[in-house]
Amino acid sequence: MYAFEFDRPATVAEAVAALAAEDAQALAGGQTLIPTLKQRLASPSRLVSLSGIADMKGVSTKDGVLTIGGGTSHARVAAEAEAYPALAAMAGRIGDPAVRNRGTIGGSLANNDPAADYPAAALASGATIVTDRREIAADDYFQGLFTTALEEGELITAVRFPVPQAANYQKFEQPASRFALTGVFVAQTADGVRVAVTGASEDGVFRWKDAEAALSEDFSEGAVKDLTIAPDSMIADLHGSKQYRAHLVKTMTVRAVRAAS
Amino acid sequence: MPKDSGIGASPKRREDVRFLSGTGNYTDDINRPGQAYVHFLRSDVAHGRLNNVDTSAAAAMPGVVRIFTGADFEGVGGLPCGWQVTDRFGEPMQEPAHPVLAQGKVRHVGDPIAAVVAETPEQARDAAEAIEVDIEDLPAVVNMKAALADDATKVHDDLNSNLCYDWGFIEENRDAVDAAIKGAAHVTTLELVNQRMVANPMEPRVAVGEFDRGTGDYTLFTTSQNPHVIRLLMGAFVLGIPEHKLRVVAPDVGGGFGTKIFHYAEEAFCTFAAKAVNRPVKWTSSRSEAFMSDAHGRDHVTRIELALDKDNNFVAIRTNTLANMGAYLSTFAPSVPSYLHGTLMAGNYKTPNIYVNVRAVFTNTVPVDAYRGAGRPEATFQLERVIDKAARELNVDPIALRRQNFVTEFPYATPVAVEYDTGDYTATMDKLEEIADVAGFAERRKKSEQAGKLRGLGVNCYIEACGLAPSNLAGQLGARAGLYESATVRVNATGGLVVMTGSHSHGQGHETAFPQVVAEMIGLDESMVEVVHGDTATSPMGMGTYGSRSLAVGGSAIVRATEKIINKAKKIAAHLLEAAEADIELKDGAFSVAGTDKSVAWGDVTLAAYVPHNYPLDDIEPGLEETAFYDPANFTYPAGAYACEVEVDPETGKVTIERFSAADDFGNIVNPMIVSGQVHGGIGQGIGQALLEQCVYDDDGQLLSASYMDYAMPRADDVPFYSVDHSCGTPCTHNPLGVKGCGEAGAIGSPPAVVNAVIDALQSGGKAVDHIDMPMSPARVWAAMNA
Amino acid sequence: MHISLTVNGTEKTGEIEGRTLLSGFLRDGLGLTGTHVGCDTSQCGACVVHVDGVAVKSCTMFAAEADGCAVDTIEGQAAPDGTLNVIQQAFQDHHGLQCGFCTPGMVMSAAALLKENPKPTEAEVRAYLEGNLCRCTGYHNIVRAILAASGQDLPAVAAE
Repeated sequence: MYAFEFDRPATVAEAVAALAAEDAQALAGGQTLIPTLKQRLASPSRLVSLSGIADMKGVSTKDGVLTIGGGTSHARVAAEAEAYPALAAMAGRIGDPAVRNRGTIGGSLANNDPAADYPAAALASGATIVTDRREIAADDYFQGLFTTALEEGELITAVRFPVPQAANYQKFEQPASRFALTGVFVAQTADGVRVAVTGASEDGVFRWKDAEAALSEDFSEGAVKDLTIAPDSMIADLHGSKQYRAHLVKTMTVRAVRAAS
Repeated sequence: MPKDSGIGASPKRREDVRFLSGTGNYTDDINRPGQAYVHFLRSDVAHGRLNNVDTSAAAAMPGVVRIFTGADFEGVGGLPCGWQVTDRFGEPMQEPAHPVLAQGKVRHVGDPIAAVVAETPEQARDAAEAIEVDIEDLPAVVNMKAALADDATKVHDDLNSNLCYDWGFIEENRDAVDAAIKGAAHVTTLELVNQRMVANPMEPRVAVGEFDRGTGDYTLFTTSQNPHVIRLLMGAFVLGIPEHKLRVVAPDVGGGFGTKIFHYAEEAFCTFAAKAVNRPVKWTSSRSEAFMSDAHGRDHVTRIELALDKDNNFVAIRTNTLANMGAYLSTFAPSVPSYLHGTLMAGNYKTPNIYVNVRAVFTNTVPVDAYRGAGRPEATFQLERVIDKAARELNVDPIALRRQNFVTEFPYATPVAVEYDTGDYTATMDKLEEIADVAGFAERRKKSEQAGKLRGLGVNCYIEACGLAPSNLAGQLGARAGLYESATVRVNATGGLVVMTGSHSHGQGHETAFPQVVAEMIGLDESMVEVVHGDTATSPMGMGTYGSRSLAVGGSAIVRATEKIINKAKKIAAHLLEAAEADIELKDGAFSVAGTDKSVAWGDVTLAAYVPHNYPLDDIEPGLEETAFYDPANFTYPAGAYACEVEVDPETGKVTIERFSAADDFGNIVNPMIVSGQVHGGIGQGIGQALLEQCVYDDDGQLLSASYMDYAMPRADDVPFYSVDHSCGTPCTHNPLGVKGCGEAGAIGSPPAVVNAVIDALQSGGKAVDHIDMPMSPARVWAAMNA
Repeated sequence: MHISLTVNGTEKTGEIEGRTLLSGFLRDGLGLTGTHVGCDTSQCGACVVHVDGVAVKSCTMFAAEADGCAVDTIEGQAAPDGTLNVIQQAFQDHHGLQCGFCTPGMVMSAAALLKENPKPTEAEVRAYLEGNLCRCTGYHNIVRAILAASGQDLPAVAAE
């Protein structure tokens, strides 16, 4: 690792102030950032740890909306998000137990790894990303691989999930990293069904609109089992071809619908 | 009744307490006063000409002690290769130089260009980034077939081609084999890949070099399976340090699996640099560095033909293999696809005609050498896969086809130059069918099908040649080292024993198992016996641990040394008892005179040896310490039969291992608990190879599977409990313990069982799939099903 | 920078850099070399310790973030007289380790599991070990050891 200064502020305001320094970077759970730093693929002048900010941790439910503090660990979401079982189950399968004790929802969403689980959950749920300065709808937030609507130094302080009527996340794991080779989050709400796919596309997390339309008409396996998705924009790597990922998108969608209904 | 001590018992491992308490002493736990740290600047291109390496800016960086490049090693020897293969035309293999730091060219991603010694690891790395390297990219040679084309770029400019050797075994049999295949009733042909693997012991490699200017003595602490071999290779061939001035210590070592046999550049560097900078120099590999600097394993592409007569008797086997050597010849690399592979091609079967052709190829990839099983898994895989394919083509039961062709009379001389001493392949197969509940498979398949899954059963046999080796035979085959093992047994005055062995324990439990042997021979409690290993300063010259040889060869040396101890102790006892030596009996740790009640305790005899007041000084020397070097008369031939049951999810291609059973013949067993553990671990690695692991380069020679993010290691939820049995032992006839070796069996015997099971499952689902290359990832299985 | 923390029940202080990892501080700063580092991508789990009672990968956490925390490592698992705890003893009894390199992380993960789930099923044990790699045992005896440590009978295939 390159050397850097280390800050551990106690409040969001202090963190935002610290992040104003040139080349400062926020440190959430560090489960992706620290390995990246070890490879010397990033060289921040200053790391601003968010782990000491009590206000950014916690899970609460009010009026059918689940709010998760940006600094809340996956383990805590898995344990405390009873109001949204599909989300809790998803959080309980991120990484491994030790990773879940450190990794946070804010860190995952800010990083927007194309194979991460939370982006699919947030996009399918129509979540709202709350930052130190504004609120961003999930549909506006994800902007491609490792790219989001966040500005320099902007912090995710909370994420609000409207709890759907039914939902499920199906992850087909990449055998080595255990990230999603393809993951599909299906959420049925009063306004229709949303289907978000992670791991599969060269453009990062995306909504499968054909499936959404079909499932909004008829929330059943039958509605999606004959759909196909074009493999053109899918990822091809040593773990699977474009065709395989396209096939998994459909298969995982069918399974998610089956499990949710 | 299981025994509670001695040979055949399973005492708890004594090494466990330190490992479970966090007080083990691994090489990275060693820090020497004043030590500096080295970081290697490694090539990020697969093939390139080094025009210039400018270290001037880097040398001025904070903390830098000194920077070394290839130029610093121009007068120094290269890393030696320990095995010379003679090709089928009688010519020696092509053998390139292998400098410690790259000279002139870099030949694989990870090839070390420069080494920065600095006060801290991070400062060394900072400075390494400031070294300016001018590399002219050259085309990367990655694919083996392309590497052999007439116009291929050469990995080594001074060699004739990228062909290391073209080996025929046995060349004189070639025509007979061709004729037998031509005249056969049926020939089954299979082309397959035994993919490149990375051994991945959980402890990355570490080296700490030290030089004492007062005495001129060097010490190297290193993660090695064979410290004496490192001392010999590095001292004699690389650095020119006589052995009495060089001590090599391999303390607790966190797994090896072959990849810690070899002598590596980093070991030589740390030893060399310790003198040059007059400070201890430490290198700790990161896992990322390990992927591009540890020798890899396997990487064969093979075409095998199995010919059968009209009654389904095997009449001939012919194989053609391309074997990847990587960019340089690692220590034992040439032996792996040749003698460790070709000699096993008969398997458990009486096939009269066999011919093996192997072309070993240089490419711009990390060197390839022995990985658990080393050549034998490659032989077993192709043979057991082609037999399974033949059974399906001929519509006969794969188990019955194997049984029909088993070798049943021993000793059995194969057409590939080895002679099996003992075995009972029918008994192991019977045992396998029992523990795998083969009879119940149809019912289990029905249940799986009801749940929408395809279920398959795969069975295979294996044989291996272990206990390397008769030194004279190995020498004839090209080995440049002896392959005996050594032991010194030192008896202390009060009767306790210290066994100093040349074998090295890096997970095998020698500290527990070896005392079982010695204690049983004398009739003492095992706590009276201590094992010392891993340090050239304390053990006699030994050859180390690999090839499942520690008990068969190292254990035999311990037996021989202990026999010498007993013989001398009997002389002392005879003197003390005033009886004839021939009348002295040793039982339960006491010497008695046959037919009398006169006896003397072990401790009285040992005390007399060191306080020789009443002692036959005219006949024998005082003291009680003996050394033996044991050179085996033959290899040992463990064998077994393995069964795997899988479920395949037809929607995703995902394979789940539902059951795995192993029936092994290891001869006699010293510690059944440890033996089972060795089999479990081997099976885990075999399942890893079958389903998960692969080391992949792209066309430019970039390593795509360069970390655990892309190299899939087997995890606890990838495997089931295994059912293992080793009750069908036929004792080895030529070593004193009757043992055969168990370390590699699981890794050799398991991959074909898994593949056979998957093919069985897919065919049961009506899929016309007769082979899938490993690893059978979900994507590959799905693609095969939907081809 | 300066940190103070409790390690295995004892107050410790140290001077660290921002980039000092907890694993590095334990090994090099405190000489607690039982915590091992087997990878650099947070997968192998040889470095697992407990921070404030939960399992973390100490190679993927900065020492600075452990300031004020209670850290438990493999060195603190046995009784003061060296007697192995139930999990450690089960690993020895069931041959749940060979080379020993992954063992500290395995034991610490097992301890975290049994704290959360005192009677796990075989499948739950295997799933919980997702972040702990072992290359020696094929996991068979590790899973047996953890089931045994939980006081449960072993399934027939694993009973011998």
